[in-house]
Amino acid sequence: MMMNQDADKILEVKNLQTHFFTDEGTSKAVNGISFSLNKGETLGIVGESGSGKSITSLSLLRLIPSPPGKIAGGSILFKGEDLLTKSEKQMRSIRGNEISMIFQEPMTSLNPVYSAGEQIAEAIRLHQKLGKKEAWDKAVDMLRLVGIPSPEKRAKQEPHELSGGMRQRVMIAMALACHPEVLIADEPTTALDVTIQAQILELIKTLQKDFGTAVILITHDLGVVYETCDRVAVMYAGKIVEYTLAKEIFTNPKHPYTIGLLNSLPRLDMDQVELTTIPGTVPSPYNMPKGCSFAPRCAHAKSICEQAVPDLQAIGPSTEVSCWMFTPQWEKAYEAQEKVGI
Amino acid sequence: MFVFIIRRVLQTIPVLLGVSLVVFLIMQMVPGDPATLLAGEGATKETIESLRHELGLDRPILYQYVDYVLHAVQGDFGESLRSSRPVLDEIMVRLPITLELALASIFITVVLGMIAGIISATKQYSAADISIMIVALLGISLPSFWLGLMLIYFFSVNLHLFPVSGWGTFSHMILPAITLGAGGAAIVARMTRSSMLEVVRQDYIRTARAKGLKEYIIIYKHGLKNALIPVITVVGLQFGALLGGTVLTESVFAINGLGRLIVDAIRTRDLPMVQGGVLIASVIFVFMNLAVDVLYRYFNKRIDLN
Amino acid sequence: MKPEVVINNTELNVKERKSPKLRHWKAFYKKFKRNKLALVGGYIVLFYILLAIFAPLISPQDPYEIDLVNKLQTPSAEHWMGTDDKGRDILSRLLYGTRLSLTVGFVSVFFGAFIGILLGLAAGYYGKWIDTVIMRIVDVLLAFPGILLALAIISALGPSLINVMVAVGVFSIPMFARIVRGSTLSVRKLEYIDAIRALGATDFTIICKHIFPNILSPVIVQATLRLATAILSAAGLSFLGLGAQPPSPEWGAMLSSGRDYLFSAPHIALFPGIAISTLVLGFNIFGDGLRDALDPRMKK
Repeated sequence: MMMNQDADKILEVKNLQTHFFTDEGTSKAVNGISFSLNKGETLGIVGESGSGKSITSLSLLRLIPSPPGKIAGGSILFKGEDLLTKSEKQMRSIRGNEISMIFQEPMTSLNPVYSAGEQIAEAIRLHQKLGKKEAWDKAVDMLRLVGIPSPEKRAKQEPHELSGGMRQRVMIAMALACHPEVLIADEPTTALDVTIQAQILELIKTLQKDFGTAVILITHDLGVVYETCDRVAVMYAGKIVEYTLAKEIFTNPKHPYTIGLLNSLPRLDMDQVELTTIPGTVPSPYNMPKGCSFAPRCAHAKSICEQAVPDLQAIGPSTEVSCWMFTPQWEKAYEAQEKVGI
Repeated sequence: MFVFIIRRVLQTIPVLLGVSLVVFLIMQMVPGDPATLLAGEGATKETIESLRHELGLDRPILYQYVDYVLHAVQGDFGESLRSSRPVLDEIMVRLPITLELALASIFITVVLGMIAGIISATKQYSAADISIMIVALLGISLPSFWLGLMLIYFFSVNLHLFPVSGWGTFSHMILPAITLGAGGAAIVARMTRSSMLEVVRQDYIRTARAKGLKEYIIIYKHGLKNALIPVITVVGLQFGALLGGTVLTESVFAINGLGRLIVDAIRTRDLPMVQGGVLIASVIFVFMNLAVDVLYRYFNKRIDLN
Repeated sequence: MKPEVVINNTELNVKERKSPKLRHWKAFYKKFKRNKLALVGGYIVLFYILLAIFAPLISPQDPYEIDLVNKLQTPSAEHWMGTDDKGRDILSRLLYGTRLSLTVGFVSVFFGAFIGILLGLAAGYYGKWIDTVIMRIVDVLLAFPGILLALAIISALGPSLINVMVAVGVFSIPMFARIVRGSTLSVRKLEYIDAIRALGATDFTIICKHIFPNILSPVIVQATLRLATAILSAAGLSFLGLGAQPPSPEWGAMLSSGRDYLFSAPHIALFPGIAISTLVLGFNIFGDGLRDALDPRMKK
């Protein structure tokens, strides 16, 4: 694991497994991931759709719908205590209070029949036990804090009367109203216009500094990661394949998947005849390949890659990769007879 | 909102005119000449002719129609062929009874239906849910008049719990209201259930959970208000079935309401009465729909503006 | 309805022209079969249809034969469902009545659907003033509460089963017109319709080949559910004496006489009601199943 002061660690996830049991079989959406989060730090979790990043975030708050899903293994240590052993009542007092979450679609994530102010005040009343008036005033303050002009007026409005950017600000206000120690932001800007995206990310960054909140930012956009995150975990098919500093990802990517992701970004500095893609497709979570799940698409795959799953290995002071290339066994492994993929 | 109401009220005018036209035209289709019928057997040609002139039957149809509408707007729907009393008077005696029955039935439809639907949705796939859904299926399949007969048989004849027929006291209301309201309750129950199930899957419910709210608050505070919006539409549609259904229920329970009046009028070929009765019932229904539309728009303005 | 089939069916994708429609129906059939309840509904309907067809062969007695000596008998070995007030065998009357109910149902719904589809297609496809006029007409038809419109029509035409078919048919038009209009509008808005129009397709071709297949599914679902309502309405009208006239063994009419003898011979009212309820239940379950199977949004 990373070399960090344990006292600074606010969240530590070890070998988390979240599976879904359906008619089509068992989907291992999250298949053994481990990472940690320090106080005030921003961790980015990057991956394509279906990589398991959203499920990871829902698992942290134990919001996985219980049939058909289940957290099948691992531990989530929050301030030293395992969330997976807590009762539902205890979890409820943590949600929205010590760990908050904001979602991708602000349009549908806010209740259409209640005003913005009411939805924020509700969280405040629940966790801080304030009276109606005080909670409402605090809600208005939060709206002001997230940069909504005329907050008293806006607080009384319903979500459909607000723009997309404003709705997301309301969500942030709602999430931060009780000053949580961790904020999980699941693709908070994906559904917004590009100009608003920047504003919202800026807002999150500012509030994070002011409140000292640690942030887990889930995204598929590597650019966002570079701008806002301290560290980043790259996820593929339910596993973390690379775990390093945000700046390192761009300057010194290690895992073939990360390299592939970066290569597929269109470049502004030269003409490209064709965009590079990673050949093949993401494996179905119902039918994971034996061995490294990226092997079928990897240009460097050797036979060992198809036979065994690589663990996350530290290969530097702040980098971990799960790839056989960085292990001592690599030199001795045979080339794969056939390259599987496309 | 105000503009919407005005616009909607204006929209009802052509509909009302259309309804009156349709009713008028249908009555024109009746074979036989009203004057001849009225004059009776053995009347001379002159008597019939003068009667026709008196009734305005020798004028063009359009004129007769306009004449009818103008009179109707003032409350004059002609006179009953059977009792010779003004149609409006006969209707007014009976209308309150029908409205009471309709109100009692709506109560059953809405309250029973919603409660059943909510229970079903919150305990999905449980024994309660399955039995409620089975009963609801039966509810929409049973003929209301048969239900009425069976209820009379079991509760009135055998158990002597309620009076067999008639109207006036609270216990007179129960069986007819159940008979009339059961079908609607079944529909409302099914609709409420599916609406709630749909709502519970929405993102904002997930947000509410992420806030740490208790489950029952999530369902009843966050979910229910949203779920009931489409149910309003269904209830509105049920008004029509309800008003129409009074015809059957009043016949079964021998209640002296508007529905029975219309049916008797059809049997005795009392055409002005049929015309007036159907027209008035339809006008009431059109205004009921207007009210429901406004109510729906009030609760649903968020969807309209998107 | 989502026109997923039609997109495959356009001239633009010649290779897959024949297969997707078949695949579509096969997929639908599989989905439908999984809904056991719907299957039961289908069997019930089938059962009644068979009863109607073979009524003369399976009826133990002549439904019209009057036998006043044996009137108002409760169920017995000789008369499984007892006899009515004129000594006629109720079971036989019920069996023959199946023909009447099914006929009224199918004829009136077919009539209503036919006109409703025409109106809906015209309104949805041509739009503008045609749409406005047609929708106003539909609004007027819908302004009559419940069976009041049917009542008015019968009062003019006179009580008979045929007039009931007409009345209930007219009563069914608005629903079909609305549904068809809605589907037509959503297909018409698709860009590829403009594309094939630019290629020279006539309105007629477009309506027949592209729009019609898409309105079929909701129409079939609606028709099935409408059959349930139509049979109930027809029975109700007959119950009031405005439909089938005596001595016709129509179920609603039987219930009417059953009502007169409710206290002394409740079985007369019991059996026709069960017959109506079961048949209508069958159509309702079947229609529900159809709707669930055809709805692309159905969750597993």
